[in-house]
Amino acid sequence: MNTPSEARQSPSMQPPPIGMLAELTHRCPLQCPYCSNPVELTRKREELDTETWQRVFAEAAELGVLQVHLSGGEPALRQDLEALVASCAEHGLYSNLITAGVNIGRARLEALADAGLDHVQLSVQGATAEVNDHIANLPGAFDKKLAFAREVTDVGLPLTLNTVIHRANLHQIPDLVELALALGARRLEIAHAQYYGWALQNRGALMPPREQVMEALDLVEAARGRLKGKLVIDAVVPDYYARLPKPCMNGWGRQSLNVTPAGKVLPCHAAETIPGLEFWNVGEHSLGDIWQHSPAFNAYRGTDWMPDACQSCDRREIDWGGCRCQALMLTGDATQMDPVCELSPYHDEIQTLAIIDSSRDDEFTYRRFSRQPA
Amino acid sequence: MSADTHSNGDAGGVPGLHESDVVKIPRGVRLREDKARGGWVLLAPERVFQLDPIAQQVLTRVDGERDIAAIVDDLAETFAAPRERILVDVRAMLADLITKNVLEVT
Repeated sequence: MNTPSEARQSPSMQPPPIGMLAELTHRCPLQCPYCSNPVELTRKREELDTETWQRVFAEAAELGVLQVHLSGGEPALRQDLEALVASCAEHGLYSNLITAGVNIGRARLEALADAGLDHVQLSVQGATAEVNDHIANLPGAFDKKLAFAREVTDVGLPLTLNTVIHRANLHQIPDLVELALALGARRLEIAHAQYYGWALQNRGALMPPREQVMEALDLVEAARGRLKGKLVIDAVVPDYYARLPKPCMNGWGRQSLNVTPAGKVLPCHAAETIPGLEFWNVGEHSLGDIWQHSPAFNAYRGTDWMPDACQSCDRREIDWGGCRCQALMLTGDATQMDPVCELSPYHDEIQTLAIIDSSRDDEFTYRRFSRQPA
Repeated sequence: MSADTHSNGDAGGVPGLHESDVVKIPRGVRLREDKARGGWVLLAPERVFQLDPIAQQVLTRVDGERDIAAIVDDLAETFAAPRERILVDVRAMLADLITKNVLEVT
């Protein structure tokens, strides 16, 4: 019997996504120069309302999403954050709050926990106030983060510390491990800056020298072994110096999706940098329809789009061709192999770029809203 | 995010796991059915463990109250299987998940 529900299970349909990044707002009290938000930030008046987000969470659960990352900007600047967490819980979605931790008091944290929040991921920009507050461009931020971390564990919520690593804080990796342990975090994310958007503009201020990167990788590896069972350490590797590309998003449109503050649905947070892609909005399409049919999601799905060298490579379903945004930025063509790959004709060029940038002495260009157009 | 497939391989790492120990799923880790893909999953920060049917049978019995001996007794009776073998497998599986920080000894 060929019922419609059976037809929906046909092999041509995409397997469902596991995770969804919900960028609730681009507003943020911090101004980190590597922010993953686009250079053109969305303003408050364009943000999705509470009801629309709640519908999106219901659709996400229906589609097969298991985990939702409530992010921003600073998600706690949304007055309706408790209601959004409650909506995730109602639909069985694992909710992860990704916060800078400078504007959530005890009462609000308890309200979020009561609403069903599963986990808190707190960003620190460095292991000391001096480094942290300089990178975030917010005096006093570090002390607020420490106080917040203590409240999180005191309330009984599991805590992850996350730090984006670059030239100005790379020397603090051992201190970050100690800080995570001292604060009772169960997990630490050491994420080397990925050079898109704001970080790309700041590459000359952020790119670390190669030998320091290699040393940092060894340090993280050693700490991971030493603290097994005590602290989970996840690392995002710095790819400009690598030989093989990262499996960006574990494959385009394969496991996750990203909803922007204005409701656009992207395969990754930087996908809008690729010109010519057509993104659909949750205002006009259901999330399931977007996942299956939106042109942007289908543009680089699977392996058919790959250049010959990638299609015939044994790693095609390991690396998934690397990162499309990076291919575009560094070669001018999003369908090229990621130039991090040592087989790319551009490979040497980007290693050289990294070496040059690592020896520059640029000041940070802080992340902020552009001037309001008249 | 990564989707790890749970295996019952060598656990190592947690030497002192006894039959009288009680393990629990800590706050921040959730066991649930995954209707979209079929089967059950253990959800942890930035990680999804897809459980094989055996892991599912074990973990649905982990309630933070019963000790390992009681869980093994229950499994041996339910599946009419040799208790000794089940004990070895269950201990290895639980120890593995403890080293991954998704289970705790109470």
